[in-house]
Amino acid sequence: MSDQKVYRFSDETMATAERIMRRYPEGKQKSALIPLLHLAQAEFEGWLSPGAMDYVASLLNIKPIEVYEVASFYSMFNLKEVGKCVIEVCRTSSCWLMGAEDVVRHIEKKLHIKAGETTKDGMFTLKTVECLGSCGTAPMLQCGGDFYENLTLEKVDALLDKMKEQDRRRVYTKDDMVEL
Amino acid sequence: MAGKKLLLANDHIEGIRSLRVYRQHGGYQSLEKALKQMTPEQIVEEVKASGLRGRGGAGFPTGMKWSFLAKPEGVARYLVCNADESEPGTFKDRYLMERIPHILIEGMIASSFALGARTSYIYIRGEYFYVARILEQAIAEAYEAGLLGKNILNSGFDHDCYVQVGAGAYICGEETALLESLEGKRGNPRIKPPFPAVAGLYGCPTVVNNVETIAAVVPIIRDGGAAYASIGIGKSTGTKLISASGHLNKPGVYEIELGVPVEEFIYSDEYCGGIRNGKKLKAVVAGGSSVPILPAELILKTANGEPRLMSYESLADGGFASGTMLGSGGFIAMDEDTSIVKNLWNFSRFYHHESCGQCSPCREGTGWMEKILHKILDGNGTLADVDLLWDIQSKIEGKTICPLGDAAAWPVASAIRHFRKEFEEYVKNGKNIRDVKHYYRLNNLVEI
Ligand SMILES: Cc1cc2nc3c(=O)[nH]c(=O)nc-3n(C[C@H](O)[C@H](O)[C@H](O)COP(=O)(O)O)c2cc1C
Ligand code: SF4
Ligand code: FES
Repeated sequence: MSDQKVYRFSDETMATAERIMRRYPEGKQKSALIPLLHLAQAEFEGWLSPGAMDYVASLLNIKPIEVYEVASFYSMFNLKEVGKCVIEVCRTSSCWLMGAEDVVRHIEKKLHIKAGETTKDGMFTLKTVECLGSCGTAPMLQCGGDFYENLTLEKVDALLDKMKEQDRRRVYTKDDMVEL
Repeated sequence: MAGKKLLLANDHIEGIRSLRVYRQHGGYQSLEKALKQMTPEQIVEEVKASGLRGRGGAGFPTGMKWSFLAKPEGVARYLVCNADESEPGTFKDRYLMERIPHILIEGMIASSFALGARTSYIYIRGEYFYVARILEQAIAEAYEAGLLGKNILNSGFDHDCYVQVGAGAYICGEETALLESLEGKRGNPRIKPPFPAVAGLYGCPTVVNNVETIAAVVPIIRDGGAAYASIGIGKSTGTKLISASGHLNKPGVYEIELGVPVEEFIYSDEYCGGIRNGKKLKAVVAGGSSVPILPAELILKTANGEPRLMSYESLADGGFASGTMLGSGGFIAMDEDTSIVKNLWNFSRFYHHESCGQCSPCREGTGWMEKILHKILDGNGTLADVDLLWDIQSKIEGKTICPLGDAAAWPVASAIRHFRKEFEEYVKNGKNIRDVKHYYRLNNLVEI
């Protein structure tokens, strides 16, 4: 154990986790690993600490290393602390053609951070990501489970302001879209 | 003339996402027909007769794939739907699942009946979480209506279908990486053979098909394979969903009859409505980031001067010298101001980022290509660097475990083949071009 915090799913999350584990044939419960890591990330402040990963390992009765090697492979899992709103801007081809670089530069300037960093107040983390399947409505960004498409710099400003005002953590497993 | 629509015919109908409205418009009639009037073998025969080819990118005949499925006694078989959709420029599966989730669920149940699969999984990329939830709702509705679960529609056929979310990895779209991921592991592609048809999920015989492929089984069962085969052109039968993006007036998802001329697809008001801001078309990546890029002249007309059509054969006409591929149907248009070199750097960075790292040609080669392109873009490149790029891509192609290596090599080869002059311009004059012609300014479209 690398941290002191005690990790435990709420009863509701535990019920979801158990429902997921029943989807696979007997003896193949490891298949639930990725869905459970999503639940853990949503429940434990938006990132997977070693303690959180060890907890998931114990639920599935597998070795912690089996969890670490998977968590580190997939880009949606955060292995470091992140802000309440993780802003993920698509930087791939179609978005790039439509001005994604401007979106990133604009956010970097506005939040005084570089891509990959978190603001001092812990509100925002800026990430650049690969194609999110919104290429026809480029440029776009995702925050939590929600897509924000056909972006302009004004829209980005309004979005960040609203998020700051609402001051809530946004995670993939819940949607609470900011209306623009 | 509007082309025939088979998958998106009803996508404008209000409430079509719900089971009730979907059924009001003929939904689940194919499943009833399959379970009550057909044998599994007959369904496989209809799919063969339809000429349907996999819509995930490779275009492999679906009926043939299904007939390869091993059927050892007492061993479970699986159908796995590939909803990973991470090929840059591709967003059709998302659209279909979001709008008409039940067409996929109906296709999953009917296909599973044909294959003898008691359980199926829809593996969807994690970023599409809200779509996964839409699918889960549709599945819950189907269970409630007796369309999933035990003894479906009193046919004696039992089936369970589950949604599995991924967590952000392009490589998990490759079918064996997808199966690894579904087993709770890193998405490292497996060496083939054995193919999934023999040893797939949990070592059991498995069919992996794209979302659009499985949805197409619904109209094939409804109308018959021959009717499906009568749509389209030659061996490109039926309809195809095209994701159109880039500098187009009307980007979006279009269902086309295979065989529509590329020129009509780009310029007619029925489809993309031409290039934005009255600009000229410079180049097109016709089938997702992995296929060769073609300059405007060659995408509109083949090297023989014939009109290029949106079909597997016509897009491939001329081989890699002057043709490309239909791929996943991710159609990316670039206007005259686009820097092909910078676009290529963007692609190369993508493949470097997404390489799983198992094979050295792919792991190292993609990194070198990205670095060299960066050097050229920065105005520090030499002509020898362009040749080196060519050399590296040629040493990746065909030398790796999975086709991601090829997918990384082809964009480089085609960009150099068709746009060598532009690379040379960067070498000679890179410092001045840098940051000028790289990209549009977002709001005012004025270059810096
Ligand atoms: C790197 C890579 C990524 C792929 N991504 C996808 C994908 O996102 N969706 C998909 O359906 N097929 C994808 N494929 C193709 C699959 O391996 C497989 O051929 C396909 O799912 C088969 O289904 P189909 O026959 O219905 O097309 C990818 C292949 C490779 C090599
Ligand atoms: S080609 Fe690349 S992505 Fe495919 S297995 Fe090899 S290293 Fe991994
Ligand atoms: S390129 Fe940005 S969403 Fe596809």
